[in-house]
Amino acid sequence: MPKNENIISAVNRALSYALENDKDVFLMGEDIADEEGGGVLKVTHGLSSKYGADRVLSTPISEMAFTGAGVGAAIAGMKPVVEIMLMNFTAVCMDQITNHAAKIRYMSGGQTSVPMVIRTMTGSGFQTGGQHSDFLEAWFCHTPGLKVVMPSNAKDAYGLLLSAINDPDPVIYIEHTASYWNEGEAAEDGELIPIGKANIVKEGNDITLIGYSRSMMEISMVASKLQGEGISCEVIDLRTVSPIDYDTVVKSVKKTGRALIAHEAVKSFGVGAEVSATIQERAFKYLKAPVARVASKDTPVPFAKNLETEFTYALSDIENAVLSCMNYVESDK
Amino acid sequence: MVKLENSILLSIYEKMTRIKMNDERFIAEMSAGRITMPYYSARGQECIPASISVLLNSDDYLVTIYRGIHDMLAKGVPAKLIWAELAGRETGACKGKGGPMHITHPATGCMLTTGIVGAGLPIATGLALSSKMRGDQRVTVTNFGDGASNIGAFHESLNLASVWKLPVIFVCQNNRYAEHTNFAKGTACDSVASRASSYNMPGVQVDGNDPQAVYAAAKAAIERARGGDGPTLIEAMTFRFNGHTMGDAGGYIPEEEYKTAKENDPYPIFRAFLEEASVATAEALNELDEAISLELEEAVRFAYDSPLVDASDVLKDVFA
Repeated sequence: MPKNENIISAVNRALSYALENDKDVFLMGEDIADEEGGGVLKVTHGLSSKYGADRVLSTPISEMAFTGAGVGAAIAGMKPVVEIMLMNFTAVCMDQITNHAAKIRYMSGGQTSVPMVIRTMTGSGFQTGGQHSDFLEAWFCHTPGLKVVMPSNAKDAYGLLLSAINDPDPVIYIEHTASYWNEGEAAEDGELIPIGKANIVKEGNDITLIGYSRSMMEISMVASKLQGEGISCEVIDLRTVSPIDYDTVVKSVKKTGRALIAHEAVKSFGVGAEVSATIQERAFKYLKAPVARVASKDTPVPFAKNLETEFTYALSDIENAVLSCMNYVESDK
Repeated sequence: MVKLENSILLSIYEKMTRIKMNDERFIAEMSAGRITMPYYSARGQECIPASISVLLNSDDYLVTIYRGIHDMLAKGVPAKLIWAELAGRETGACKGKGGPMHITHPATGCMLTTGIVGAGLPIATGLALSSKMRGDQRVTVTNFGDGASNIGAFHESLNLASVWKLPVIFVCQNNRYAEHTNFAKGTACDSVASRASSYNMPGVQVDGNDPQAVYAAAKAAIERARGGDGPTLIEAMTFRFNGHTMGDAGGYIPEEEYKTAKENDPYPIFRAFLEEASVATAEALNELDEAISLELEEAVRFAYDSPLVDASDVLKDVFA
């Protein structure tokens, strides 16, 4: 077990642990077996050699069929971990995810369940354009019956993935491409992190900064910088965006009186809107300023480098939003 | 063709009778306004699941669609659980959460009923994948209509099942209309069965109104699946007598086609065959009919006598 590792290594180790310890676990996805390269970014490298190509199955390019096959195998009691290479490709199999995986427990009156994980990755910053970089988590969060997990560091990636595999319900597990190579503390073998529990990364008193996945990098940097300027930020990593751990969020906001949520997904109808609305429902009288949202612009992800940079937020956007919250004066009394 | 054993023929007849009577009873209850539901009658298609299911074990898997009550009854899902589900009672197969388009009953292998055309095929492929991985010798039968053979999931699933040699049988109940659209108008080839050749599996077209023909095709497919040789596509030609859904008079179906189909109604033809071939006397068949009628009467009473689903259950079973 390494002391430090990146997210690629953490995910690989978690999958290996699950395959080793649970005969019902198997993996399916395009090019994931070693004969096909062990995954486009080598996340599954070595697993088919160790556990067999009959448990680490490279599939044809047919997301609808193999995601549906995951649903069928899960109904039969297996624990498939299905890899959709890039998050935009989940659009190809949304019927299987939202009409079937999400609803089968409910529609069957609890008789059958879908203990399946769908792993996917996405993120802007690689000039891959409008169909290879979207954050689509809100699509899934809007469907009752799905859990949505979005780790931001290696240790969480490991523990959340093992929890997702053990979960009796379907879990969408979203990895951020730009964070893959970030080194961090490694989880112990078999270490679990519960789904639905947020992590208070840093305690503070003036404002609560809420993020998940990639935005944890930026809000942590902003929090460190502002600490030096006398602003004490509490930093919360949601880890799971459905269900959201509102108890932790609301408790923090009641303490600080201010909140900001940042995500790479587009702003409209997003997780930030949901978090903001709930904070205002549950902690309105504690708020000293409106809840701030920092997110990407409502446009497809552009190709040109300068446009792609413009598409998402900058560090300064988060910093300025925090300062606006801190200096908020109600102007229309 | 060699005539099937009498016991098998009678078993097929019993299933066909249960399906036909059940359909008539549903329609009567709906017409009387005692239950409301979206109902897709399979009247006319009884022979297909009746003839296949006599070859299946109770733990073999079934995946079917919104027009699938006949498939469920043939596989053994108790009528009273279906009735209670349709009536929205807590004793229903799915505690009132599924309704006629989403019945599940794992005890008889009925693992999924979907309301989305073609969506059951990938899921059936996955059930078969689990059987292959576990070596449990189960086969999966998935039913669908001719319209489903034009969606992507059909083609992807046949390809995947063939590449991986999965024990799944794809049964197209070709009733010649995809909702209101005639087969030829929506399908670019002459038969669904011919599409199997693209996926390197047997594709068999049979008369879906002939129990012996359906039985023979299913027997070969099941043996092939259990033997580890992979999937089969069966296209069983049939006709639905009650339109796409209740209230659809089928005005888009030419009168001549409708008349010919009615003349070839598989149910009375099969019954007459049983008598003529001395498989059973009219009296014996009447007795069987009467027993099924009583069973359905009990199912209806069970449904209406059961309590409604408790409103507090609305949030139950979203998650474990």
